[in-house]
Amino acid sequence: MTEFLQQLINGLALGAIYALIALGYTMVYGILRFINFAHGDVFMLGAFAGLFFTPVVERVFPPQSYSGGLVVLLLAMAVCAGLGILIEMLAYRPLRNRPKLTVLITAIGVSLFIEYTCQHRLVFGAAPRKFPDLIPVKTWNVDLLVISSTQVIVFVTTLLLLVILRFIVQKTRMGTAMRAVSFNEQAAALMGVNINSIISFTFGLGSALAAAGGILFAMSYASIDPLMGVQTGLKAFVAAVVGGIGNLPGAALGGLLIGVIETFAGGIPGLSNYRDGIAFTILIAVLIFRPTGLLSKPQVEKV
Amino acid sequence: MLELENLEVSYGAIQALHGISLAVEPGRIVTLIGANGAGKSTTLRAISGLVKPRGGAIRFNGKNIAGLPAHQIVQLGLSHVPEGRMVFANLTVQENLLLGAYLRHDKAGIRRDMEQVFKIFPRLQERLQQAAGTLSGGEQQMLAIGRALMSQPRFLMMDEPSLGIAPLLVKTIFEKIVEINRTRGLTILLVEQNANLALEISHYGYVLETGKIILQADSATLRADPQVRSAYLGG
Repeated sequence: MTEFLQQLINGLALGAIYALIALGYTMVYGILRFINFAHGDVFMLGAFAGLFFTPVVERVFPPQSYSGGLVVLLLAMAVCAGLGILIEMLAYRPLRNRPKLTVLITAIGVSLFIEYTCQHRLVFGAAPRKFPDLIPVKTWNVDLLVISSTQVIVFVTTLLLLVILRFIVQKTRMGTAMRAVSFNEQAAALMGVNINSIISFTFGLGSALAAAGGILFAMSYASIDPLMGVQTGLKAFVAAVVGGIGNLPGAALGGLLIGVIETFAGGIPGLSNYRDGIAFTILIAVLIFRPTGLLSKPQVEKV
Repeated sequence: MLELENLEVSYGAIQALHGISLAVEPGRIVTLIGANGAGKSTTLRAISGLVKPRGGAIRFNGKNIAGLPAHQIVQLGLSHVPEGRMVFANLTVQENLLLGAYLRHDKAGIRRDMEQVFKIFPRLQERLQQAAGTLSGGEQQMLAIGRALMSQPRFLMMDEPSLGIAPLLVKTIFEKIVEINRTRGLTILLVEQNANLALEISHYGYVLETGKIILQADSATLRADPQVRSAYLGG
């Protein structure tokens, strides 16, 4: 029982990070109907932004403090929001009226471009870097369960970001416009919605969440490298599809589900080597039995 | 108020409009009638900026708006109720109406206009928190019109408001169109396949055939025209 709970906590902590990244995939898909394969790299850039901001922030805030950690997180989110908007403007906007396949292939190109540019020795270099401790490192023992301060921060941050995102999407003018564009771009334009600014907003929002995921991931695993976004990004993409692409609660659920199942599989002797394959096994199962994802609703047109 | 001069629109290699010229005077209901594919919807879509014209001018209050993006055209006071209603099915009725007022920031005015919309279509108030996708076709049309009114337009374009709607509701909706025109003095450009109905409520009409205007006159004259009668009014 203790081991079960422990694995559940570890799995949820991993899943929370997948969820944050998956939201960006699903939001962009909802608006533009294409998968931004460079999204995993924005997650990586978030982690590196954290790496570079930490010494700067530590000049003002005490090292390993919650306040300093929060500032690093916010700075990384802001930088990545800007990068996300820039990627969209430079790479995807010129292709707005082209077939979706063109944009999709461009996204793969952008992803490779970021990954290999960042591996250059004048950029980040290919070797893994140690990520500094942003917050006081503590562990609490409850019975035989071990919970780390990093895990608590992962849960709290993710939960807060999900609540904020929900508020933005459901209650604000921009969020309503996002939902409108996602349903019917032309009708939204007829309401006076500037489609390009909504697309920029969506990329900014999704990229900020990916950056938060990158920081939380780096805090949890302490080592970051320019290719860290490849596999994590792919799994988060799977999470978005499993939850129902375009569906925000679905992306969050898919992320948590994949994190938990993957962690449990890692704890089963004989299965642990297949840990990274689990997400894709789930993907295949979902595509066979519920191709539109777990939380998708069928759309009916009324006359 | 609105003038089209030699408007040309192409979809790729296919030319949809071959130089349309028309004028809509303020306060009137003007209708475009014609068969499927004659270019009625394309004309409206060009005016509201959903398709870019290949040539010609679209003048709204003297200003050429041809080629402006759709969201800037709404700001000038042109509102378009698109074919097939295009309500945001995933949003509530209230959210749909508020999106109609997307460019406005006067909260009190928005609330007042929403009350006005409820006076015209009381059904919408009853269904305020319902997802628009759960409304019947007729109710969705009411919502689409109400939503368009929320931008405080000076010029309203409607594309096939009778399409796919129960006959009883069609009558209601057309009565409301006349009411909106009379009580608010709102200028209306109406595209309609049901030419009988359209000529009944409009002041002036244009007949479109394969991207050209082949006939134009007062609606009453058009209704009496033997050519129009045999081609569009069922004899």
